[in-house]
Formats: sequence, C-alpha cells, structure tokens
Amino acid sequence: MAAGKKVTGAVMVVGGGIAGMQAALDLANSGYYVYMVEKGPAIGGVMSQLDKTFPTNDCAM
Amino acid sequence: MADITGEEGDFTVKVVTHPRYVDTSKCIACGACTPKCPAKVSNDYNEGLDKRKAIYVRYAQAVPLKYGIDPAKCIKLTKGKCGNCEKQCPTGAINYEDKETTRDVQVGSVIISAGFKPFDPSAYVQYSYSKYKNVVTALEMERILAASGPWMGHLVRPSDEKEPKKIAWLQCVGSRDVNTCDHPYCSSVCCMYAIKEAVIAKEHSHSGLDAAIFFMDMRTFGKDFEKYYENAKRSGVRFIRSRIHTITEQADKSLMIEYATEDGQAKTEVFDMVVLSHGLEVAKTSVELASKLGIELKSTQFVKTTSFAPVASNRPGVYVCGALAGPKDIPLSVVEASAAACAAAGKLSAARGTLAQTKEVPQAVDVRGEVPKVGVFVCSCGINIASVVDVKAVAEYAKTLPFVEFVENNLFSCSQDTQDKMAQTIKEKGLNRVVVAACTPRTHEPLFQETLQAAGLNKYLFDMANIRNQDSWVHSAEPEKATEKAKDLVRMAVAKVALLQPLNEVKLSVNPAAMVIGGGVAGMNAALELAGQGFTTHLVERDAQLGGNARLLRITAQGEEVQPYLDGLAKQVMDNPLITAHLASNIKNVEGFVGNFKTTLAGPAGETVVEHGGAIIAIGGQEYQPTEYLYGQDPRVMTHLQIDAAMMNGELDAKKVNSAVFIQCVGSREPERPYCSKVCCTHSVESALHLKEHNPDCQVVIIYRDMRTFAERELLYKEARAKGVLFVRYDVNQKPVVKKDGGKLMVTVRDHILGRDLLIEADLVGLASAIVSHKNTELAQMFKVPIDEDGWFLEAHQKLRPVDFATDGVFMAGLAHYPKPLEEAVAQAQAAVSRAVTVLSSAEMSLSGTVAFIDQRKCVGCGVCWTVCPYQAITQDDKGLAVVNEALCKGCGTCVASCRSGAPNLRGFTTQDVMAQIEAML
Repeated sequence: MAAGKKVTGAVMVVGGGIAGMQAALDLANSGYYVYMVEKGPAIGGVMSQLDKTFPTNDCAM
Repeated sequence: MADITGEEGDFTVKVVTHPRYVDTSKCIACGACTPKCPAKVSNDYNEGLDKRKAIYVRYAQAVPLKYGIDPAKCIKLTKGKCGNCEKQCPTGAINYEDKETTRDVQVGSVIISAGFKPFDPSAYVQYSYSKYKNVVTALEMERILAASGPWMGHLVRPSDEKEPKKIAWLQCVGSRDVNTCDHPYCSSVCCMYAIKEAVIAKEHSHSGLDAAIFFMDMRTFGKDFEKYYENAKRSGVRFIRSRIHTITEQADKSLMIEYATEDGQAKTEVFDMVVLSHGLEVAKTSVELASKLGIELKSTQFVKTTSFAPVASNRPGVYVCGALAGPKDIPLSVVEASAAACAAAGKLSAARGTLAQTKEVPQAVDVRGEVPKVGVFVCSCGINIASVVDVKAVAEYAKTLPFVEFVENNLFSCSQDTQDKMAQTIKEKGLNRVVVAACTPRTHEPLFQETLQAAGLNKYLFDMANIRNQDSWVHSAEPEKATEKAKDLVRMAVAKVALLQPLNEVKLSVNPAAMVIGGGVAGMNAALELAGQGFTTHLVERDAQLGGNARLLRITAQGEEVQPYLDGLAKQVMDNPLITAHLASNIKNVEGFVGNFKTTLAGPAGETVVEHGGAIIAIGGQEYQPTEYLYGQDPRVMTHLQIDAAMMNGELDAKKVNSAVFIQCVGSREPERPYCSKVCCTHSVESALHLKEHNPDCQVVIIYRDMRTFAERELLYKEARAKGVLFVRYDVNQKPVVKKDGGKLMVTVRDHILGRDLLIEADLVGLASAIVSHKNTELAQMFKVPIDEDGWFLEAHQKLRPVDFATDGVFMAGLAHYPKPLEEAVAQAQAAVSRAVTVLSSAEMSLSGTVAFIDQRKCVGCGVCWTVCPYQAITQDDKGLAVVNEALCKGCGTCVASCRSGAPNLRGFTTQDVMAQIEAML
C-alpha cells in the first residue's frame, strides 16, 4: 500500500462463528470499528450446536 | 455481502440486510409470540430432529436474543392470513412490512470467516442415511446429547426414542474419499469428536453403552488428544480399524454393519444406532463469495493461503480465518481469528482509534457516609415474570424493607426508555443504592450498571434479584410460592446492597513496549507484527543467531522452501528500527505485571533492564535424541532434522539411496511422552517424496502406527502412495527392529495384513523423532505462568484462549505451546500479537473493583491463600504477610474461602455482605 493513501480505521468481518467473533473482539479491543456480517439471525455458528468440546469436555455454549 | 470495490486500506462494501420482520430495538425476547404461532417448521438448530415455529429465536442463548420470522414458513407472509404474533407482542415489535435494505460500508480490511458446511451424506447410497432413521450424522448426535437438544440430553435413538445399547461411529464419511464425494482431504476433527461423543454417550447411558468406532487411522494429533484417546480405550470404547461398506436395517430398526478385519476376514455386527462422522466442506455460498471477492481457492475449495502468511488471501487487504481456510478445530480457528485481526489491523495502524468510540462516564457522586437510600425496581418482564409472580405485591413488600426509599414496577426494566427514566429517578430521589429485581446479572448487570453510572452513581452500588430465571420460570406451577420467593430474593438483595461501598477501579498506565522471548519463526514473526503496528519490541534470543529450529527445515507441507524465507525474516528483524534484537541473551529476572514489566537480561554486554507492557513467550522446542533403532551407532540412521540438513547441504544424495525406511513415532506416543508430535507423519512423507522425485527407483517404506497426515496433508500421503512409497503399519507391542548385518542395515517389521515379518535392507533409516519441550520452569516462574507435565506452556483456555495465559499481559506462540507445523506457529505468533495489542494499544487499563484485600491484622502468613490463588495475585510482603496485587486479582474469591483466620475478603462480596444476605433469607 503506497504511503499517503486513505486508510479507514474499520474492518468488516464476514461470518459470525467462533472465528469471526474472536477476530471482531480483538479488533474492537484494539481501537478499530468492526462491522460484523452474518447471514443467520444470530451469531455463534456451528459451535453453538455442539454439546461438549474435546479434549476438556467443556460445554460448547 | 453483495459487492466490494476499492483496495486495501479503503474498501467500499455493499451489505444487504434481509428483513427480519421483528424490530430488534423493540423485541425484548419475552417469547409471547411463539406459542401462538400455528406454523410448525423443521428445527435446523436441532438438525431437523424436532420442530420449531415460524417466529423463533435460534436457541435460548442466541446473541442477539431477538426473535425473527422465517419468511418461507410464516402464514401471514406467505398467505396473508394469521397475524397472531403481532397480536401477542407486548412491545409492537412485529413488522410484516419489513424490507430488504442495502447500505455501503467503508472499511480498511475485510476478514472472511464464513466457516464450513458439514458434509451431507444423504445423497450417498452406501451410508443409507436417507433410508434408515437410526443412521444419524455426528452433528445430529451432538444435538441428541445436548441438554438443549430435542430430547433434553437423554440418549435415545430417533426411530423409537428408546435408549440404544450399542452405537457405532463410522469415520471418514465425506473425508479421505475421492470415489464417491471427491473429498481427498482429511477433515481433521472427526476422530476427536467421535471419541468425545462416544465417551459422553457412555456417560449418558443407563445400561453401560457399547460404543465402537470404525476408523482407518486414528488422528489424535493435538494437545492432550492422545491422552483423551487412551482414556477412551480404558473406559471401554472399542476401536476397530476398518472402513464400512454396507449397512442393512433389521426388522427392529437396528442396523447390521458388514466389515472386514485387518487380516481380511468378513464380519457382521448389529448396532442399535449408527453415527456418521461426517467431514467438513466449503459451502457453495462461500465458493460464490470467494469468486465475488476475487479470492483464489485450492482444488479442495478451501481458500488458498501460504505457510508464511497463513491468514492472507491472494487479494491484499482481504484475510481469511477458520475452517474456510482448511479443515481445522476450534482452537486453531480461534488462533487464526486473532491472527487475521492482527494482519487486518497491521495495515491500518495509522487510523487506529479514529472510528472506534469510547463511552464518556460522568464523575460519580461520593456517597460514603450517607445513610443508604435504596431504590428497588421490580420488573414484569412483559408476562415472563408477571404471569407467575404478583409483581405489584412484591413491589409493595419492598417498600417495607429497611433503607428502601423508592419502589417502582416496570413492564420492561431493560428497555431504553425505562433506563432513561431510571437514571432520572436516581437523581431526583437522591438514591444511593439500587436493586433491580428482574432477570440474570449474567446478561443484564452491565446494562443496569451503565444506567447507574449515567446517573452519577458508582456502578458497584448495585445488586440484582433474579426473580425470572430462578423464580417465575421454574415455579410457574406455584404462583403464590413464587411470589413469596420473589420477596425473599428482593429482601436478600436489599440487605446486601445497603452494605455495599463504592469501589474504585484502579487505573494502570500501560507501557506500550513489548518483549518477545525466542528468535525462531514464531518469535521473529511476532516481533515484526508488533513493530509493524508501531510498538517498540525487544526480541530476546539465547543463540547468537536468529532462526531457531527452522534453520534445519527444508520445506513446508505446501512445498515452500524454508531457508530463503527464514533469511528474509531475520534480515527484516535486524533492519527494523523498532526492534531491538538481544542475541546470545537470557532472561535473569522479571518484575511487575501487565502493563508494567521490568525484565533483566543477561547478554554479552552484561545485564540490561528492559521495561515493557506485555510479553510473548516463543521459546520453541527441540528434537528428541533417540536411543533406539541404532541411532548414534550407525550414521545411516538419522532423524528428520538431520535428513533435512543433509538434503539441503548435499551430503545426502537421493540418487545414491536405493532403499530408505522411515520409522514413525520415535519417542512420541510412548508412556514417557504420551502425545503425538503432529508433524512427523507429514515430514516423513515429504522426505519420501523427495527421494522418489530424484530417484524413482528408490524403494521407500514408511513404517507407522497411524498415518496422521491431517487436513490437506492427506493429499501428500495420497501422492506418496501413487508414487510407490510403501506403507507398513506396526503395532506398538511389536516395534520394528533395526540391526546391522555385516555392513548391511536391516529393518524387520511385522506386517499385519500378511501376518509375516518383512525384512528390508536400508541405505537410510529415517527416524520420525518426537518434538520435546525445553521444560523451562524458571522462565515460567519468572512470568508467573504454568507449564503442563510434558513441559508445554499451559494456555488460559484450550479452546477459547489458545495463546493467552491466565496471567494478563503474557502470551505464547509456536512450539513452546505444543508441537506444530510452521504455518500454525506463524498464525500463533500473529494471534499472540493481536492479543498483546489489546493491552498495549490502551494508554491505561481499568481494573475491576471486585478484587480481594487482606486484613493483615488477621493474617498469620501461613501461605494457604498464595498457594491456592490461580492467578498468583497474592504474595508475601517483607513482614511475611499476604498482600494482594490488584492488577493480577480476578476476584474469584478462592483466597477468601481458603483462609482459616478470615483475613482475605472480596470487595463487593465481603463476608459481611454475604452473611447479611443469608440472614435476610433465614
């Protein structure tokens, strides 16, 4: 990117599963505005459908 | 996401918002709409195992917790009739006229985390998934086992809802299969989730479930996975090495499986239920999105990235993370997510903070010494509480309680207009303590605390009585008792709140400099990313040169040459004005805590003290030095790294090797190292392919226990087999033997299919030697971070905080965490930077007011509290007494519970506060 060009301090995250949520949180917590785009009515992705997670058997929810 | 124009740093994205038909600013998720909705729809959240309504919330914990209408199923939207939900909704949130909207959004970077789609086995005859009810997918099994699932976690099979006594899991459904579904790759996660489901199903079973997993190779390669596998075997889960070709339904809907044993015998076994361990694939919509964005995909349809830039797509400014960039588990997805955040922010640091907003909070009024004036707000939560609890009676009762100055009943306490009114009331009535009797503090406490702050009150002068989740919801059959319980809960909250004192949130300044310990691939990447975002960075390396283990690596799994990359990386580090490389240096001492560390380094020029706000530990690992297989006794027996080095410097000429044998799991998956080293299977295959490429006549044999060429590495395994590399499996109880016979090197291995010993003469024996940790307990102690029994640094949470330590301000990356391939080390380095920047980018940090304090008059210095403190926040002062470091304390209260003399106390939850609550209840 050439110097002097316009830089926008916002990031778009497409997909609100566990990866998208983590990326969005890190960016928001370090000074960037985040637009999250999710096609479903709620975030959470496939992980929200899991019961427990390996190898700790923690509840996914 | 409809369209994207512009370039890195300045994109314009067209975003289409589909109509929800429910105004989310009005919906309070009371749920009144759903019971009256006549349209029953297959519930996709439960994988179609039960029904939901056309107006629905995906699941009880959904975020945002707002209802929506499924337009394809809603009777009003499809036929113009009904309208029940609109009549039921107490807040007027339903809007059948809702329209699709389009807006343009300006952003500097884009991260695509569109995830995966579980493979759909319905079209494939051999799995009989569409035909037989008791053949379910693994995701359906997750829902069956989940307490929030269709059968509330009771283990039942779909055909008759009876508990199955025997369940079979079939691995590699839609993975490692080009004949039927064209997915040559391994999906990485199915072996582990199948074991997990088997273990959990056994726990749920009342009759000692017989769980059998049919597999080809058991791929338990991640941190603590192998132990999980071994534990499952011990708990009785059966593991059968066979791929199933036929399932036949019996009269009672049980399923007969036909399979072949390893020695070629045909067998049959009947199970009550069959679970298909289906793999991960890229959704068609993601492929279309990628093409819209101009993002290159691989033949597997996962997004193409390189090992050196694992979250960068081919389009500058567009990053990718999670399963869209290759099949992977949750921790690696989280690592990549943070890495993508780091990469996305890297080019935007000039604009950091220009668009993000921070909230302004008015100065709080000092209420110390004032007589408590408690305000109680009793919420009806629509009909959620009020239909069971007599909220008016509760409000009247609250007026009689000591110190209560004001009581009000609200229809929805959390709605914005009520919040504004509440702030107004606090000011007008001069309230100095607030109780909200409503729902759960887990979701709503921050909201009400903000209202207190807006009214000029310290936010800790607040308590909630949960008269919904803990009362109206669970006692709906006994409204009178529920009302009495609500009164009890309110009385307890009032008793406690009257005693509460304003708490201070200590502000700490943050030194924006960072320290990275270890100058290998992970450490150098971390330093460069930090410097790239404008942070002064100290890179500490104990060797005189940078590079670490990667100095001995030839290629990555994707075939990229490592050495040119490494040279470039080292040069960039040395040339970067923001990075100070402390070579041939060790850490002598660490003082301080998050935001303000003071670290003493010992180097060639003596000792230096460096001040920094955060640290990343990337000290790597090392290759196990074998004692077996004639290693060290014959120069033809070499480890991976020796072979790589010899291939690179020309000492090992492939043309002169006529027969090579690779032995896997040397030092890994052994009692003293009960873990898989993750990279060795792929490494041997790479070396085998190198030999075959330069000398196609060379006989190459790989002797293995399970081939763990996970994810897209499976394609290398496939290529090796196509090129004539032979794979012979050995049993851990019958290990291969390497002997010298005159000048010849002979390898003997038992072939399980033939049932005979194979005798192979070898010019080269490659040992897939384990990766072992440095077990650096000293460093761990200095930074107050834990290591596990194998010497790997222990993350704060294996799934969700994979590069964080429980200790704030300290992060990890690379082999120091666990064996891993290069691209994962790079991703972890970027992730650790992203996490560190969340600390380093703030000028000051606000600590929670809920921290422990010690009454030193009662402390005898016995040491129990600083031993049990999980955050190492308690130390001994010069008098030998306990003292709490508020910067490290998380307010868990463990110290309070552990002390015999009652010296520690938790602010906001003092023993006095808690006792007052209990007394109010009794």
